[in-house]
Amino acid sequence: MERRVVITGMGIWSCLGKTLEEVRQSLYTGKSGIIFSQERKDAGFRSALCANVETPDLKPFIKRNLRQFMPEEAQYAYMATRAALENAQLSQEYIDAHEIGIIYGNDSVAEATMNALDKFREFGDTAACGSGAIFQSMNSTVTMNLACLFRLKGINLTASAACASSSQAIGLASLLIRNGLQDCIICGGAQEANMYSVASFDGIQAFSVREDEPTKACRPFDRDRDGLIPGGGAATVIVESYEHAVKRGAPILAEIVGWGFSGNGDHISTPNVAGPARSLELCLKNSGVDLKDIGYINAHATSTKAGDGREALAIAQVFGDYKVPVTSTKSQTGHEMWMAGASELIYSMLMMKNGFIAGNINFENPDEETACLNVIPETKETQFNMFLSNSFGFGGTNSTLIVKNL
Amino acid sequence: MTREEIIEQVNSVLAEEFEVEDSNFAPDANVKETLALDSLSLVDLVAIIQYTYKIKVPVSDLPKIKTFNDLYDYIENHL
Repeated sequence: MERRVVITGMGIWSCLGKTLEEVRQSLYTGKSGIIFSQERKDAGFRSALCANVETPDLKPFIKRNLRQFMPEEAQYAYMATRAALENAQLSQEYIDAHEIGIIYGNDSVAEATMNALDKFREFGDTAACGSGAIFQSMNSTVTMNLACLFRLKGINLTASAACASSSQAIGLASLLIRNGLQDCIICGGAQEANMYSVASFDGIQAFSVREDEPTKACRPFDRDRDGLIPGGGAATVIVESYEHAVKRGAPILAEIVGWGFSGNGDHISTPNVAGPARSLELCLKNSGVDLKDIGYINAHATSTKAGDGREALAIAQVFGDYKVPVTSTKSQTGHEMWMAGASELIYSMLMMKNGFIAGNINFENPDEETACLNVIPETKETQFNMFLSNSFGFGGTNSTLIVKNL
Repeated sequence: MTREEIIEQVNSVLAEEFEVEDSNFAPDANVKETLALDSLSLVDLVAIIQYTYKIKVPVSDLPKIKTFNDLYDYIENHL
């Protein structure tokens, strides 16, 4: 039995906004969420650029004894999930009476782990870590916290696949629903935004050093790109079977028509063309759609020389003569890493639902590799009913989703 | 540090950490019940004493600390 898989709710906590409307507005107007952080510069960062992500106040919603289990990314995820559940008209009473699952992307809890171990080393006593430390410092901290807070009784799983984590999470969830193993799954991705989480990433000189122009520094596909900028926050989508959504009278926003994935089997950080191309091809094959029906591609492109170029070649190889419109919303948000697959699905959904493609800000000139793409530099009002979203990660993990408007 | 200073600081630190509005704890009130501590958050009590006073509290000593007075005594005796 193959069932249709639909999206019925979205929620987000990002540098572009904390509500869907704020984010829609930011996308449309080409707002950049990137800032220069003096704190990072003083601490010794090569690049002190980062996304400006607000810390939520959970005190009104969660008691102290439960909040202490939640590191920064779980707090973002809680806010995004609260909003997504509300958007999907999924009440706690309904959740209590049904088997709802969670699959969320997360691939680090650096600051929480560091804080706990610093205390252990300072006092020479494990109790000094505090009671929340063990729960805060596990990679599955988001799913363990949210599953308890929202009393979820279905699948409870964290997907760790570097910067493809949350795209893989949504793909896995859609597979379980398609096959009838789950009816409804809370999906998404979370990314800690503190400087400790990306200090070692800065250390490998992967970040843009255009510090004098923070909002112009992230320029995916542009000839003068010089590296990515780390972002953060969380994004949640409610994914369920079409029948389940209809039965409970949920707002049906879109359909996940396909998921594709692949491994590069190659270098740990330098991507290739063949791996991403196979992810795209598998996704198209599984979707059974004509590639000309895809009206927009939300690229993975992070603003690195190698990554953007290889992705451009992979897209061009798969799409051939069809010059599908492409942008990378990372031009506005920086790289939201573990969160990116889910957040970029939401960004693309907001564009599809509101009839525009957000311009790939800072795209001025292509280079030899990216010239093969139809990159949309400024916001364009246009209707499209299907998009493809790419997410690729270290180790050569690739994930592609195709979503259709309903 | 005088006992009065210890009482004032302990009450203030505990009220903030465990989010209790009124920090005027009765000296003979039960610490676990007043602060609504479970087995996990009891560890935080140990950690807070450790950060604030640099006193290591072995788990075996915890049963001795029932009331706030017991807690003040424990800190005063180990400073």
